[in-house]
Amino acid sequence: MSTESIALTGVREPSRAFSDVLTSWITTVDHKRLGILYILFALLFLVIGGIEATIMRIQLIVPLNHFVSPQTFNRMFTMHGTTMIFFVAMPILFGFANYLVPLMVGARDMAFPRLNALSFWLTAFGGLFLYFSFVGANGLYGAGGPPDVGWFAYAPLTSKAFSVGHSTDFWTLSLIVSGFGSIGTAINIVATILCMRCPGMTLGKMPLLAWLNLVMAGMVLVVVSPLTAAQLMLSIDRFLGGHFFDTQAGGSAVLWMHFFWFFGHPEVYILVIPAFAFMSEIVPVFSRRPIFGYPIMVAATVGIAFVSMTVWAHHMFTVGMSAYGNTFFVVTTMIVSIPTGIKIFNWLGTMWGGKLIFKTPMLFCIAFLFQFLVAGLTGIMLGAAPFTWQLSASYFVVAHFHYVIVGAILFAIFGAFYYWFPKMSGRMYNETLGKLHFWLFVLGFHFTFDFMHIPGLLGMPRRIYTYEPGRGWDTWNFIVTIGTIIQAIAILIFVGNLLYSLLKGKLAGSDPWDAWTLEWSVASPPPEYNFAKIPVVRSRRPLWDIKHPEDPDWKYE
Amino acid sequence: MSTTVVQPASLETPWSLPYKGLVGMLCLIAAESSIFTIFVVAYIFYIGKSLTGPTPREMLEVPIFATVCLLSSSLTIHAAVAALRKGNLAMFRLLWFVTLALGAIFLFKTGNEWQHLIYEKNFTISTNLFGTTYYSLVGLHAFHVTVGLVGLLIVLLLALPGRVRQEHTHNVDTFALYWHFVDAVWVIVFTVVYIVGR
Repeated sequence: MSTESIALTGVREPSRAFSDVLTSWITTVDHKRLGILYILFALLFLVIGGIEATIMRIQLIVPLNHFVSPQTFNRMFTMHGTTMIFFVAMPILFGFANYLVPLMVGARDMAFPRLNALSFWLTAFGGLFLYFSFVGANGLYGAGGPPDVGWFAYAPLTSKAFSVGHSTDFWTLSLIVSGFGSIGTAINIVATILCMRCPGMTLGKMPLLAWLNLVMAGMVLVVVSPLTAAQLMLSIDRFLGGHFFDTQAGGSAVLWMHFFWFFGHPEVYILVIPAFAFMSEIVPVFSRRPIFGYPIMVAATVGIAFVSMTVWAHHMFTVGMSAYGNTFFVVTTMIVSIPTGIKIFNWLGTMWGGKLIFKTPMLFCIAFLFQFLVAGLTGIMLGAAPFTWQLSASYFVVAHFHYVIVGAILFAIFGAFYYWFPKMSGRMYNETLGKLHFWLFVLGFHFTFDFMHIPGLLGMPRRIYTYEPGRGWDTWNFIVTIGTIIQAIAILIFVGNLLYSLLKGKLAGSDPWDAWTLEWSVASPPPEYNFAKIPVVRSRRPLWDIKHPEDPDWKYE
Repeated sequence: MSTTVVQPASLETPWSLPYKGLVGMLCLIAAESSIFTIFVVAYIFYIGKSLTGPTPREMLEVPIFATVCLLSSSLTIHAAVAALRKGNLAMFRLLWFVTLALGAIFLFKTGNEWQHLIYEKNFTISTNLFGTTYYSLVGLHAFHVTVGLVGLLIVLLLALPGRVRQEHTHNVDTFALYWHFVDAVWVIVFTVVYIVGR
């Protein structure tokens, strides 16, 4: 019995005029095309955000450097942070969720296809609007340019007095708009997973990727909305003369911090839970074993979601909370490490005794395990309030959160790229280039972010424009910048591999990895309707059941 | 060669999933609740923190009539949906219109209150911290009422020529959920602004 037969209508469309193709992509409501649009949009901004990071690192490569002006440097770190979180990480993960969730739960599209398109275009508009500030933010005052208030934009820096012109307004409005896009996508993901599953796929039989994206989408609803609310308040302050964060009129700058971090900390989990989802799909396939401890994985994810909403003020240990406040947030922060630790052991348990296949996606996943562990350990260090009193707003903090976002989340995203590239494009990537990308990126990553901890411990503050020689920071900063360049080369190889494989890669067929979830049962790339006939499943690994009718999973689950 | 992954016959239990409109609306309500929570928290946090006058007690009068109108519109919309479920279209149209009218009265009364405050008492969003939080929170709610009224009106315009029928109960019921949410939020806003904050 073949698994390919269910959708192999394989009729190639006749080639059409470029304008027709463009129109069809712009007006599409197909979840696969929107997923790809999300991913391409995010890749574009990844390159832009990467260029901003490189500019900062060149500025810091030697002491007393004047590669860019202090003003430009402030703009670079603000735009880098905002771009990478809101217009790279979120859209890329939404893109994968959009593409994969309906295929994995056996549906023909998302629950609300038009809302899906609206959400994407809102996000895209938000990103373009933010970058329009480079030319448009001067306003009538002749002051401005792109925002320069830092990605968490503490009051009173964002008040009219300190942020003249419209740069901060561009930042605020673009995040409000893209925030509505995020909420729309989250609604869609939840509704798709709860209401569109194919017959037989009970909640306990969903692929873990669907489960984890359900939790992620639920978190988006509850924590991205507060950011939107806080941004609305900031807009009221700036446009209507309100006093929410105006300390001169009794407003509170600390309230903004609470509101921002009530979004800001769970946001990290919104980004990392889909990364966990990729891990939970890729590791079993390349270990040739089903995931170890499925129910515990789900429980740990839900646990992380709840606990992560109670930890936000560990970003604020230095603003002077009461001893009880500090203690509460230290304890909750420590508690997060329990479900996260459970997850790491579950992936190790899946690999243990498996037949490991070291293809590129698996290499990225193994690096994820190691780097996520280190990031978690420095997280526990920073979660202890006295440690943060010493090292808050230092390069140690910068190194820690880049270890999470690059070392864990971006590595998992690269793994996902290589794993699902054959499904999305119909062609295999080049394994040699993939491995070259992996090793160069690991090298560059560790050069940059391992050594970034040390100037932090030596007292180098974050967001510093330049520094004097002889403080013991020089060598470390030089190494960090070299690492950045190695990473940039690795990314170029990755993009080159994508383009080359898209045109010249060998055909992948529907199931190149001998995998077990439903997306591998349809052609690559899947037809517009996904499934010619809606599948019926009886276990967590429906394709295993078909490939091994003599020993199906449902006998044991 | 089979054309399905697994034969449909192999499914033992009947398969039913929740209505996607309902789930979508509940998600939207969850997101909206978070937005309102932040505004309510800011309101409570800033009670009594204004450095200059006027105070809430000088400015606000408890809007009993408007509140009664809005809260009773929840009952009428519930009854309207119940009538539609039974297929009583005339009753549905009547009750739906009453709901719309009650909501419109509420919005009108809010507008009146604001006009009084702004033009006669010179109290605006930038007067002091109380003004900022008051107009933001009440305004956010009034905005949701306005969106709800537009929705109610669209359904009414469709219902008058008979385009809303018994089989649309699901959809209308989902919309009614939003209206109930707007009413429930008013209970909180009313308590915080006109009772606790005053």
